[in-house]
Amino acid sequence: MYTTIDDATLIRSYISGDEKAIEKLIEKHNQRLSSYIYSKVKDMSVTEDIFQDTFIKVISTFKRGTYNEEGKFLPWVMRIAHNLIIDHFRRNKRMPKYQGNKEFNIFSVLTDDKLNAERQLIKDQIDQDLEVLIEQLPKDQLEVLRMRIYQNMSFNEIAENTEVSINTALGRMRYALINLRKLIEKNQIVLTN
Amino acid sequence: MEKIYPVPESQCRLIKSRAETVRFLLDYSKALHIREFKGMTIENSLN
Repeated sequence: MYTTIDDATLIRSYISGDEKAIEKLIEKHNQRLSSYIYSKVKDMSVTEDIFQDTFIKVISTFKRGTYNEEGKFLPWVMRIAHNLIIDHFRRNKRMPKYQGNKEFNIFSVLTDDKLNAERQLIKDQIDQDLEVLIEQLPKDQLEVLRMRIYQNMSFNEIAENTEVSINTALGRMRYALINLRKLIEKNQIVLTN
Repeated sequence: MEKIYPVPESQCRLIKSRAETVRFLLDYSKALHIREFKGMTIENSLN
């Protein structure tokens, strides 16, 4: 039914206020225009976007009253679509888009340093358990371990701050770790993430 | 000698834009009002 009415008649009807005419015009050229766009961009959602933008320009031109009836409608609308396809490729050239497929998934090489919610919960639990265990160490070992692990101090700095020799500081750290391992075994705590 | 045949290109796929896209365009058309006012073109989208 739509194909029986020529484009010029539909356009005149639309410009004179018949909204149904644009529906017929879109329907009449939908397959041809969509297929043309798809043959270039090879992506259905991009095709839909370009098809939509093409007809937005068409509608806007009709409503402005700047449509030139001398030219044929279909070549004109194809030209609009063609220019929008070029714009699409120019944009993508500036901002390359990577799409995954069966052989390659971009997320296999992109990693997120942050832990997921489950791992973060486990880590928090481990930190809490460790804190409780550390509190049970003798005071001199606890002091050295805190300075080394939590305050990231060198053994020279620890020796200066605790007024002991560097070998004593090293020895306290060694015993702190040995005792910590004993406490972990004794309490049967699993400290792995 | 091995013959090299060209890989046949897939035929042109005939597709149509979805009814939702067409519906959007019809709604856009109904909503769009363009008026001339003192030499200026004013576009209104009335919902």
